[in-house]
Amino acid sequence: MNIDAPALEVHNLTASYNRKPVLWDIDFQLPQGQLIGIVGPNGSGKTTLLKNIMGLMEPDSGYVNLFGKKLNDIRERVSYVPQRESVDWDFPANVFEVVQMGRYRKNNLFKRMTARDREITTQSLEKVNMLEYAKRQISQLSGGQQQRVFIARSLAQQADLYLMDEPFVGVDAATEESILNLLTEMKKEGKTVIIVHHDLQTAYEYFDWIVLLNTRLVASGPKDEVFTSNLLQEAYGGRLTVLSRIGDLIAKKDFPIRESNFKEKEGQGDG
Amino acid sequence: MDKLLEFLSFQDPNVRTVTFGTIFLGMSAATVGTFAFLRKRSLVGDAVAHAILPGIAIAFMLFQTKNPFVLMSGALISGWIAMLLIEHLSKATKLKPDTAIGLVLSVFFGIGILLLTSIQHSGAGNQAGLDQFLFGKAASMTRSDLLAYGIVALILLMAVILFFKEFKVLSFNPDFAQASGLPVKRLQFILSTITVLAISIGIQSVGVVLMAALLITPAATARSWTESLLVMMVLAAIAGGLSGLVGSYISFAAPNMPTGPWIVMCLSFLALFSLFFAPKKGVVARIRQQQQNRKKILSENLLKTFYHLRENNPSSRTFSREELLEKRPFSDTEYNTALGRLRKQFYLIPEGHNWSLSEKGYEEAKRVVRLHRLWEMYLTERMRLKADHIHPNAETIEHIITPEIEEQLLRELDYPETDPHHSPIPYPRK
Repeated sequence: MNIDAPALEVHNLTASYNRKPVLWDIDFQLPQGQLIGIVGPNGSGKTTLLKNIMGLMEPDSGYVNLFGKKLNDIRERVSYVPQRESVDWDFPANVFEVVQMGRYRKNNLFKRMTARDREITTQSLEKVNMLEYAKRQISQLSGGQQQRVFIARSLAQQADLYLMDEPFVGVDAATEESILNLLTEMKKEGKTVIIVHHDLQTAYEYFDWIVLLNTRLVASGPKDEVFTSNLLQEAYGGRLTVLSRIGDLIAKKDFPIRESNFKEKEGQGDG
Repeated sequence: MDKLLEFLSFQDPNVRTVTFGTIFLGMSAATVGTFAFLRKRSLVGDAVAHAILPGIAIAFMLFQTKNPFVLMSGALISGWIAMLLIEHLSKATKLKPDTAIGLVLSVFFGIGILLLTSIQHSGAGNQAGLDQFLFGKAASMTRSDLLAYGIVALILLMAVILFFKEFKVLSFNPDFAQASGLPVKRLQFILSTITVLAISIGIQSVGVVLMAALLITPAATARSWTESLLVMMVLAAIAGGLSGLVGSYISFAAPNMPTGPWIVMCLSFLALFSLFFAPKKGVVARIRQQQQNRKKILSENLLKTFYHLRENNPSSRTFSREELLEKRPFSDTEYNTALGRLRKQFYLIPEGHNWSLSEKGYEEAKRVVRLHRLWEMYLTERMRLKADHIHPNAETIEHIITPEIEEQLLRELDYPETDPHHSPIPYPRK
């Protein structure tokens, strides 16, 4: 399906983790201004996809465009919320300092934070109801509070597209509600939010648009089109046996993903 | 005492050089080491320190000089190669990081020792002193050495100040830093370079074998005292500098005592001291906290006993020790501890040999009983435990519930009148 002015285009993306392909020729486009869930079972490559979109991993083949441009040209319009468990929270810093990291940019390298930066940091904290914890040590936060700190840090980047990795994992009911309210608010402001999510139960309720993933793209579309029992069965009904055997073989034989003379051509749709 | 005064007067230029040198080196290693510690790269630091040895030997063999800048360049290059090797070995092969670190450390160190031995046997005129890189050669530091190290230390410090906030986010969450568009590769390069630099000058005072201590121990020491990165770095630098000072003094006061090992001894003492006496995280603080918990539990239990006696027999207010102990057994020490604490808080009023609750004490007793019964309600309603299973759990949890959690419990349970055993839940007086 082709979409006008997509927020995100993933083109024929193949990516490996420890040399084993975990994403096979993923190809989809996502519209602007919606709440989008990337949904799939554990180990289906959701986080790998997000890391490839954010340029944290090099794909074996394919490319990603954001608002029709390369990531490096529009960094400031994109914000990333990593998984909460991906950092050591026993780091000597308080909540305000961590949220302020959202204001660290290439253009203020070795400069001090300005009053405007502090203002935005404060407002971001208020939006996730964490302002009263601004001076709290991050090691003393609950799981839900840690998640809200990460989201506040992302808000401080004032982007148009947000990519969040499992923000609903291990949070209390209050945090879940506060995140959901915030997402609705962001949507009203025209922001696009892409969320990696593993829980089918809530996915339909949270998102407008759903990408079903299980090492290959199962479906991408408005939630009512995607949430059919056939497609869900396909995404959650286990992996494709032959595909995983091929993947294992590639890792074992150190085989290339693409032949060496292959060149990816930009804009070459579904040729 | 005279020795100490003589030392502190710094009249001997030699002593002055050595002392300032070791203080400088200690401080710069500690400052940079703070990031190595927080990025969990302590072992990499150790490996790089060992890997510096062949660089020094080769630089000496090529240029036949002990000029500190020449040797330092050799050290920097081989330290860098080692660091890159560790990274690439664990990426490109199936070796786990700890194996890669161990491998690089021993191979480089082995080559270094080999080269040093061959230099010593070659009979080159001025090779004397090179082997002191193994355990440090603080005592033979010259003024030109000091100048060189001073300059490098200054560069390190400037880099850390300049890139403080970038190094902070890089240490906490490198993925986020990269996603934000920060030049993470270049920042990592700078941080690695100043780490190798700090190590290559640091080995002057403690040698390659003990260098990891100078890099990591100050940071580990400082971490137990603060929750702020800036304060942590300053404390680490102070610990590093202080140890340099103490090490120099000991080797001055007791001739034939080596400086390096004493610096490390002093660092280790500071680290151990912090482990025991740091607030909150220290062993002593935790033991004290546990004691306080025990006392709180005891005194609140005694308070509850008063409440239960009054609940059973509303007309009686004053109780004897025997009545209390019959209701709930305490050992003599337990009883005395609890009683002493309650008296000091004016929760109890003495009447001859007997005791009664003050108004304040009665409210406090009500609070403990209320928390107990509220928690029992929570266990049955929310966790679906059977009514005959909930008492032991509530006996402990009643002592730890904070006013905020109490309020949340009340709201969630909608201000219940009675607990699962149909005992009334006592609310404070309006």
